[in-house]
Amino acid sequence: MTFPWRAMLRMVGRRLLFALPVLLLVTLGVFALAAASPFDPVAQYAGTAGLSASQQTLDELRANLGVDGPFVVRWWHWLGAALTGDLGDSFSLRQPVAQVIGERTGWTVLLCATAFAVTVPLGTVLGVLAARRPGGWFDRVITSLSYTLEAAPVFWLGLLAIWAFALQLDVLPAGGLTDTRSAVVSPGQVTAHLVLPAGVLAVSQMPWFVLYVRQGVVDAYAEDHVTGARARGLKERTVLVHHALRSALLTVLTLIGSRVPELITGALLVETVFSWPGIAEATVRAATAVDFPLLAATTVLATAAVLLGNLLADLLYGLADPRVAFDG
Amino acid sequence: MVRGTKGRIASIAATAVLIGVPACSAPGDGGSDSDAGASLAVGIAYEPETLSPLLGYGKDGSSKIFDGLLTQNADLELKPALAATLPGVSDDGLTYTYTLRDGVTFSDGEPLTADDVVFTYDTILDAKTNNPSRAELDAIKSVRAKDDRTVVFRLKYRYAPFAGRTVLPIVPKHAVDGQNVNTGSFNTKPIGTGPYVLTGWTKGEKLTFKANPDYWGGAPKVKKLTLAIVADDDVRATRLRSGDLDAAILPPHLAGTFEKDTSRKVFTAESADYRAVTLPQGGKVTGDRAVRRALDIAVDRQAIVDSVLDGAGHPAAGPLSATSPYHADGTKRDHDPRRAREILDRAGWKRGSDGIRAKGGTRASFTLWYFSGDKLRQDHALAYASDAKKVGVEVKVQAGTREVVRPRLDRDAMLMGNGNPVDPDYDLYGLLHSSLAGNGWNNMARYDNASVDKALDTARRTADDTERRAAYTQVQRALVEDPGYTFLTLIDHMYVVNDDWSGVTTRVEPHDHGLAGPWWNVEDWKPRS
Repeated sequence: MTFPWRAMLRMVGRRLLFALPVLLLVTLGVFALAAASPFDPVAQYAGTAGLSASQQTLDELRANLGVDGPFVVRWWHWLGAALTGDLGDSFSLRQPVAQVIGERTGWTVLLCATAFAVTVPLGTVLGVLAARRPGGWFDRVITSLSYTLEAAPVFWLGLLAIWAFALQLDVLPAGGLTDTRSAVVSPGQVTAHLVLPAGVLAVSQMPWFVLYVRQGVVDAYAEDHVTGARARGLKERTVLVHHALRSALLTVLTLIGSRVPELITGALLVETVFSWPGIAEATVRAATAVDFPLLAATTVLATAAVLLGNLLADLLYGLADPRVAFDG
Repeated sequence: MVRGTKGRIASIAATAVLIGVPACSAPGDGGSDSDAGASLAVGIAYEPETLSPLLGYGKDGSSKIFDGLLTQNADLELKPALAATLPGVSDDGLTYTYTLRDGVTFSDGEPLTADDVVFTYDTILDAKTNNPSRAELDAIKSVRAKDDRTVVFRLKYRYAPFAGRTVLPIVPKHAVDGQNVNTGSFNTKPIGTGPYVLTGWTKGEKLTFKANPDYWGGAPKVKKLTLAIVADDDVRATRLRSGDLDAAILPPHLAGTFEKDTSRKVFTAESADYRAVTLPQGGKVTGDRAVRRALDIAVDRQAIVDSVLDGAGHPAAGPLSATSPYHADGTKRDHDPRRAREILDRAGWKRGSDGIRAKGGTRASFTLWYFSGDKLRQDHALAYASDAKKVGVEVKVQAGTREVVRPRLDRDAMLMGNGNPVDPDYDLYGLLHSSLAGNGWNNMARYDNASVDKALDTARRTADDTERRAAYTQVQRALVEDPGYTFLTLIDHMYVVNDDWSGVTTRVEPHDHGLAGPWWNVEDWKPRS
């Protein structure tokens, strides 16, 4: 069988066409929501100094920030500039938006990739182990732990981790990218500071993988070809790895893509709790400061990540299981 | 196909494991280069929005990266910094001439010239620059470089405390010119003449500095300075206790836990930072002078200091603290609820069946706002409301954002905070002058008293200090007879510092968080040995 390039490309093309109106609507929605926000961008921009500012100064700030007029008009201006590559300037960070994205995206990708790299293999292994004896003590511990974690809010997990590992045990830094006194960003320091945020993010994503894989393997054990393999007297390990796991891993593949939105919301909270200087932390700032240009750009990024995640999941699924066609 | 799929899944897993490696490695070393004795890590609660003086950073002096033409000493007296001497002032008070200090260079090696000074002021005064504090320089008509070393300011009107405004930090023209001043790289990578050079800024986490070896005032002994932004008071105290921080600002109840610690010192800085209730003259109830006078003596200020501030503060009679040379004696308000009731009775406010007074069908009741999330103002407001209730005035305490509160200030009260110890004009003119009633956040109470207006103008126009004192005494006396605000407390700011240094002091501090704290002169600290 040849590699299905053409079908895959057609699917990518279709998804890209579909992505355009989605992105347009999402950015329009951001401008509408920000306009409906009860917070005044000028007051947010001026901060404490605004409380002793004269009316004339506040009016000048309003004009400079360009936050007057209907939101549709502002959105249209923003869109026009964005299409020529000018994403505007962030009010809250006093930097061009492109620079904010450039400086921060890398840290978010590092955080999310590390979390995923821990959670996918570990979740899969735990799920498989739990599925080998459904109802056994290991299964019961893992399953109930997963349901508990699924219900726990990420920020709460983060605060708990800080309390335990940074404040009580004092073995890991509580937040930031480097040690308090350090002015240089060295790999060793970043690694130490990455452990808690990435760990919390990984743990918060883990239950889904564990539970899905466990269910997938349990279901696969009941399928005919597995029963057949067992009947042929194959070793239990061979049955698991070559037959049951194969169908169970299909679930993992789709899950990887569809977890992207959850990962983004998780990153929003984790980066804020741990002062991680990523793009998600900037998004939270932008939202609280009614920073239209930054908020619009980060929303586009998040939407694109979600759409890409879905596309990736479907492509992988199609590749792994020839019964699924590339026509989504 | 079967074989191919397996290969791909395996390689995905392998990649995942490879990326995962850093997360698994032990965080062992945690190696901070803590060559104690030369570095100082300070925990602060608020992060500056920008490091560009053009957008308002360090406008009140003491910014570590920059210097102003002048600076203030430990007693808040002006002394020359980038200027060689205090400015020459013309007889009409409208021209200030500064001569620059010789041999000052920016941290990039370029010399400081009069053009840099002119550029700094001109840029801030430009309406296109997003500097919210621009109105503080309202008196300036023009700034000119007479030659390379001489700068001449011309004023629109006589403004006695003008020299105090020139502590504003000077930026190098060559480093900013051509950039967008509102969003350019100078905001995060500043260059100045100051005792420290910025080495890094991770937003939301910390600012790091190293000593400027070529500082014109001599190279600082504290070689490395870190300002760690830690919003949570408890976390700041914990990090101080663990040795991660050497110094921090802390609320009184946490600072108190370090009192017995011999390796650390607790500093209590008096301040001009007051909390007050605005009593709008246009309000149906607060518009009655009798109500405002009654509330002024109905409130038990000492009780608020003891309960809300844990004793770390002082009762505030008027807007000027007793530390100010302009403070008028004999303006202290006694806590006298009995007389407050008499005043209200005489003014015709009769007690109703529910204990709340009324006059001509108007209930003695008004709303008092505070900014959501400000616990200190909330506690002040609740204490005020409880004292008011005892004399038959109902104060309904409500939380709101700036956007909610501001349009209501012409009839509702607000729990406000302000205060500047440097010159009374900086705070009082905007607080009390009727021409600024409701202008921005100025004169929120719409206070309107002709004799106060006149005294404020006199104090602003005359250079004679005796005359200024007389004018501000008149203002403070007028506020006893006709209070537009109920001043409640002055808040002490508390700090804990490792006892490794000599020369650590505090000054009387303003309301603004800014760069106040014992580290205002960290460049002069000497290691104890």
